[in-house]
Amino acid sequence: MKQLLDLFGLFFKIGLFTFGGGYAMLPLLQDEICRRRGFCNEQELLDLYSIGQVTPGIISINVATFIGYRQAGIKGAVAATAGMVVPSLVIITLIAAVLQKYMHNRWLTYAFAGIRICVVALIADILLGLWKKGITNRLSMAIFLGAILLLLIFNLSAVWVVVLSAATALTVRKAWRK
Amino acid sequence: MIYVILFLEFFKIGLFAIGGGLVTVPFLFNLAEKYSWFTAKELADMIAISESTPGPLGVNMATYAGYHAAGIGGGIIATIGLVAPSVIVIILVANLLRKYSKNYKVQTVLGGIRPAVIALIMYAGLQIARLSVTNVLTVLLFAGFWAMIHFWKKSPIFYLCLAAAVGMVLKL
Repeated sequence: MKQLLDLFGLFFKIGLFTFGGGYAMLPLLQDEICRRRGFCNEQELLDLYSIGQVTPGIISINVATFIGYRQAGIKGAVAATAGMVVPSLVIITLIAAVLQKYMHNRWLTYAFAGIRICVVALIADILLGLWKKGITNRLSMAIFLGAILLLLIFNLSAVWVVVLSAATALTVRKAWRK
Repeated sequence: MIYVILFLEFFKIGLFAIGGGLVTVPFLFNLAEKYSWFTAKELADMIAISESTPGPLGVNMATYAGYHAAGIGGGIIATIGLVAPSVIVIILVANLLRKYSKNYKVQTVLGGIRPAVIALIMYAGLQIARLSVTNVLTVLLFAGFWAMIHFWKKSPIFYLCLAAAVGMVLKL
């Protein structure tokens, strides 16, 4: 029970401080789950994102469910996911019910302009670490370059980027083995 | 009855929206056409507010849309509908992965996807940067935040709160 409450609390905190999509919560996850608690290493966290990206549902929930399940089975999955959505439920319901007219408040706009810059800096710092661990040979460099070009130039959807990179890795390894 | 419809509609979105929260937007526009829960214009407001409130975008929008359709209960039901497919599918996938994680092909696929996920993270960062790091002041702030994050290593929550304060002081 204590473990379930802990998972709920952890993801409640992450849900409360995630601004934007699933990738914006990566710095928080890395800090709480890899660095502080040691649930998984950074490479495993990347794998969870890969899976969360190509399975049904939004990434943030997929990753939360996955970590909860690994730590404490089905109950853990439910506890982590519940923790992740409760801040949204409370805050959005309050806004929709009473606060909608305050949402155009300029102080809030200023605060969020600052937060967005900080999210970019947090993501940039994480990328430095991931780059050293993840881009280690010519194949991974080629896949990275191919993926970022497809995203930036052709606006290819993330699902296809993941599927294509998996197919590339399988094909190249097969050719190398022969 | 509306709760059942809400649950099923958002369960469908959870099942077919693959990826980040923004992929749920086209599905929500369909809902706006199909039912009279909210208009397309209200939906545009919802997206703006969901982006500037804590919590994952997709969840925020489900809660918002559900609330517009059927009040507080609607918000809760829509959110549960959205996340239910994730919970079911991920539990199945986690079991498969546990069984086959040593498999050569699974290892190759995961190893091949890792650099692509790094590209996706970079792309997500660039998208946010395009809207927020736009002039000399914001570039300097970015550099300052990054240096603190890199060398001081406090919790991200600390920096997010600091950044909110800085944003208000400088009237960004």
